[in-house]
Amino acid sequence: MIEAQGLSHRYGDVQALEAVSLTVAQGELLGVAGPDGVGKSTLLGLLTGVRKRQHGTVRTLGGDIDRPAHRQQVSQRLAYMPQGLGKNLYPGLTVSENLAFFSGLFPDGAKNRRPRIERLLHEVGLAPFKNRPAAKLSGGMKQKLGLCCALMNDPDLLVLDEPTTGVDPLSRRQFWSLIEGIRAAKPQMTVIVATASMDEAAQFDRLIVMDGGRILADAAPDALLRQTGTAHLDDAFIALLPEAQKVGYRPLQLGALPDKDAGIAIEAKHLTRRFGSFVAVRDVSFRIRRGEIFGFLGSNGCGKTTTMKMLTGLLPASEGQAWLFGKPVESGSLQVKRDVGFMSQSFSLYPELTVGENLILHARLFLMSEADCIRRTQEVLRQFSLSRYRDSRAASLPTGVRQRLSLGVAMIHRPQMLILDEPTSGVDPVSRNAFWQLLVRLSREEGVTIFISTHYMNEAMLCDRISLMHAGSVLAKGQPQALIDKAGTDTLEDAFIHYMPAQAETDNTAAAPLLSAKRVQRNRRPAPFRLTRMLAYSRSELQDLLRDPVRLLFALLGTLILMVVLGFGLNSDVEEIPFAVIDHDRSAASLAYRDNLLGSQFFSGGQLIEPPANADSVLRHGDVSLVMEFPPGFGRGVYAGDQPEVGAWIDAAMPGRAESVGTYVEAMHAQYLQSLAGTESTSLYALHTRFRYNQTIRSINAMVPAIIPMLLMMITAILAALSVVREKELGSINNFYATPVTRMEFLLGKQLPYLLLGFINFVLLVVLAVGFFRVPLVGSFPLLAVSALLYLFCASGLGLLMSTFTNTQIAAIFGTMLATLIPAAQYGGLTHPVASMEGLSKLIAQVYPTSHFVDICRGVFAKSMGLSALWPSLVPMALFGVAVLILCRWRLQEQQR
Amino acid sequence: MKRRGFFRPVWHLGIKEMRSLFRDPMLFGFMIFAFTVGVYSAGKGSSIDVRDAAVAVVDQDQSPLSQRVISAIHPPEFKDPVVISQDELIPVMDKGDFTFVLVFPPGFQRDVLAGRVPELQLNVDATQMSQSFTGSAHLAALISRAVTIHTQRRLVDSALPVNLVTRMRFNQTLNSEWFGSVMELVNVLTMLSVILTGASMIREREHGTLGHLLVMPLTPLQLLLARLWSMGLVVLVAGMLSLRLVISGGLAMPVAGSYGLFMLATALHLFATTSMGVLLATVARNMPQLGLMAMLVIMPMTLLSGGTTPYETMPQLVQWLMNLAPTTHFVAVAQAVLYRGAGLDVVAGHLLALSLIGLGFCLISLSRFRRSLAAA
Repeated sequence: MIEAQGLSHRYGDVQALEAVSLTVAQGELLGVAGPDGVGKSTLLGLLTGVRKRQHGTVRTLGGDIDRPAHRQQVSQRLAYMPQGLGKNLYPGLTVSENLAFFSGLFPDGAKNRRPRIERLLHEVGLAPFKNRPAAKLSGGMKQKLGLCCALMNDPDLLVLDEPTTGVDPLSRRQFWSLIEGIRAAKPQMTVIVATASMDEAAQFDRLIVMDGGRILADAAPDALLRQTGTAHLDDAFIALLPEAQKVGYRPLQLGALPDKDAGIAIEAKHLTRRFGSFVAVRDVSFRIRRGEIFGFLGSNGCGKTTTMKMLTGLLPASEGQAWLFGKPVESGSLQVKRDVGFMSQSFSLYPELTVGENLILHARLFLMSEADCIRRTQEVLRQFSLSRYRDSRAASLPTGVRQRLSLGVAMIHRPQMLILDEPTSGVDPVSRNAFWQLLVRLSREEGVTIFISTHYMNEAMLCDRISLMHAGSVLAKGQPQALIDKAGTDTLEDAFIHYMPAQAETDNTAAAPLLSAKRVQRNRRPAPFRLTRMLAYSRSELQDLLRDPVRLLFALLGTLILMVVLGFGLNSDVEEIPFAVIDHDRSAASLAYRDNLLGSQFFSGGQLIEPPANADSVLRHGDVSLVMEFPPGFGRGVYAGDQPEVGAWIDAAMPGRAESVGTYVEAMHAQYLQSLAGTESTSLYALHTRFRYNQTIRSINAMVPAIIPMLLMMITAILAALSVVREKELGSINNFYATPVTRMEFLLGKQLPYLLLGFINFVLLVVLAVGFFRVPLVGSFPLLAVSALLYLFCASGLGLLMSTFTNTQIAAIFGTMLATLIPAAQYGGLTHPVASMEGLSKLIAQVYPTSHFVDICRGVFAKSMGLSALWPSLVPMALFGVAVLILCRWRLQEQQR
Repeated sequence: MKRRGFFRPVWHLGIKEMRSLFRDPMLFGFMIFAFTVGVYSAGKGSSIDVRDAAVAVVDQDQSPLSQRVISAIHPPEFKDPVVISQDELIPVMDKGDFTFVLVFPPGFQRDVLAGRVPELQLNVDATQMSQSFTGSAHLAALISRAVTIHTQRRLVDSALPVNLVTRMRFNQTLNSEWFGSVMELVNVLTMLSVILTGASMIREREHGTLGHLLVMPLTPLQLLLARLWSMGLVVLVAGMLSLRLVISGGLAMPVAGSYGLFMLATALHLFATTSMGVLLATVARNMPQLGLMAMLVIMPMTLLSGGTTPYETMPQLVQWLMNLAPTTHFVAVAQAVLYRGAGLDVVAGHLLALSLIGLGFCLISLSRFRRSLAAA
């Protein structure tokens, strides 16, 4: 099934895999165990072809998986579920929409999709939630859904990367029984699972134990135990480690609580929190003594995090009250924050800062003195063995190291109490052991109270007392051993399930029919382009868009508002130019000159500057654009034939406008001269100026055909760019790597919804222009519509192209703005006709699609031009669109690096 | 001690923001691009005055007079005219090849000399608004001069009772590069400060680090101020460098007023725009929403600020609304200080307005930010 030889992989300076070789037979259930950051994910990525190979060879399903042709061919027989809760799901889509999306990616999907999805949902117990967005599912449900999605194509090889990390025990149990059912129904299926939890590793047929990018052992779990002479796989793993890495490991022992009456650290009475009608936490009360380790155990979404937030004052309680060290917790109280160290569930440090920078930043934020900051940072670096990572960016750290950093940050200000929200999920046994040693020491020696939530039963056993939580309520509370005894079970996990309300345990036995759907036609060469796969992407994108009505509203209504604002505001007609007069003469003649100016529609104001000042200083204020200056003796001079000079001082800060002002002054001057002569002009000829296409010379008629292309370009490009970069940031881009989707299908599938949205936008804008602004549309609307589609094709393509260059959404927004706003406004022919451009500007204008679409808009709106006249504008647009798409395809990576 | 305790975290959080910014190479690259190539090309490419307008002539007269008129039309205002036939008139105008087509009737020179006042036809493509309007006035003046000189009849000049002396102030050569580049600088300053601040807030929320900051002894005001000063400073420094190196260096624009005064105005403007960025981030729920919203706010704010078209030609309502936008005041200050050399006395009103607008946005965003944190 899989043959890998000498696989090595490095990320920059970090060697992730070193000469790993392995073979996997058909039908095997293989576990890949080991702590985080030892190369498990890299190995799985290479085996499935999701990640690009660097050294070595991999033959998966009978061919070189790094060869695109082979990958394309076998990708339908392969399913891959990436690490992280619901990482292959689209958070905005509902459960059934997610399934529909995946079924669309594989052939044979469309025909019996609906009944199959219904059955699948029913079997895994998700049927009641099928209309719930994936983002709102609990961790366990997300993983079950993720598995269903991965199984949509009935694979021969199923690869799961830490599927149950961060999932509560009951859901974990359900998940594994699901896998068992599937294997029973299809014994020839090979399953490879990576896990950081040794508890889970025991159930695999064969186990590969990894550390430091190498395979430590490869055997059945019992064989491993026998070989190392240990009783538990956690211990076996540690036994397998080279001596150097075991430093500091020792079995944990929790001493008795030293002082029975040390006082109460936390007290909570009847804490309740509602979000709307949903009760997240219901009537929770407890009392924790100083120096105690109190564990909070429960499935995801049971209210642990909410309770912790109420204790720290992050969230006000709807009912009830909490006290820390005898003082009531008030929302937003700063004193509480100084006494408490908090470590949240998700990794929440700054990924772009280094380890040292993260630590010292937080030390400083807690207002420690500078010397203390440095000393404490050093201390924490040493205590948490982070010294060698000091200058690495947090983003590049393996999960286990990151958790250590998070804890270090939480303890930087030596708090009296630590509130830790699942601090060890996904951390390897050695680190976890070290972590707990630290906690025990803090609690027993320094009297720090520790309030911790966890998924690990063996960690819960270490707490002084624990509280089992489910659906917002506390099920049971007490010492771990006492709880087990009371339930009459062997382990805490069984005890937990025992305390759970009966209805919570959904029936999960019949997973077998999951795969009973018709077998997919195999061996057929997959088509290089499939409409169904493309449409699957389009559909999910569209559904995501519809789920976010705010975005939709902004995209549609926003352009309309912009057009109204710009249509009214962007007026290039020069009228009512404010001017002032400096009159050294005060004669009837100078007054007449001024009245002549005021009599036209071009000028307004004309206030006298008193006392006469310097023209420049008047203009400097910017209140007037023109100052007329009459010299002393102006009036007398006019009639005496002295040819006096009138000064026109024009503010040329806006050169274009200054030119118009100058022209108008000259025209009005000529008029004045004629009125002086008292005769009609004795012209040599008559100049008859015809303003074509816009006889009334309404600004709006000329603006609208230029504004529409600009708005369409920007909105469409930004949305398209974000749609891809969002997938990159949120992780669902993995579906593209792991499924048979080709680059063209992905690109066109992403483009289609935005083409549609852009087109609706276009129609609305035209309706607004014609209906509201009364801009005549003299040409053919269908022709305009077809051109608009072509233009939108270019715009969305441009957005996708930007998305291939950027990895963060900020960069994508800003980059797309730069790539659309500037060229569209400057080279689109909005204010400056393309015909009068030269050199590089002209080239840009001719390549960039906006100028062509502006030409078409103007041609159709004002000139009634037909296809025969417009094709010279259509062809370059089409070429641009296709070229951009090809460029995208070339830039888009099919595998992770 | 208390004061120090308030400002130290603000300082360090700000440093953190800057570090994050500089470590996103793509974003940083875009920023450099906008302040250099963007500003420069805007200067080079944007001229709303008449330059290189395309003119065609239909010469049915073929006389020395018509030749004289045609030869008077030349760069830089106009491209050298292209001679076309009467039949081509409509098609070339439809295609938009020429903005102006001048038609000489047969016997034009003869009729002029005979005093029969022949009709000269000037066809203008009115879809090219700004150019067609000023351009036609220009052409009319050119033609008039050419005809007058040719006929050797100084009709009015000799007898002129009054001479008009026009002086263009503050930009004697009407160099539009200077205008375009400064306005682009204003646009980039505005766009970047709004987006950088807004996006850094949203990112903090999307990555869950906001909740983390909240468990520390920090107030929302500190979180807000840290963002304002850091992003504001980055954009301010980049903007001033761009003014010095690109505009007064590369495009050789003389700066009439004081750099210090302009920098003060820029700082106040950035105070207002970064506050707007925070405000947008408290309204938007995710990055796409922020992107769209920023666009909707930034576009009218920059296009209607008076930097693209004159402020006083806008409808009264728009003028009134735009008084609330920082860009309007900033554009006014930029023009006054950079071109006209105005001092503090002239721009004090605008600076006050900028401060008030900034303070207003800052307070609104602070209260919204507080509320959104309480609800988180």
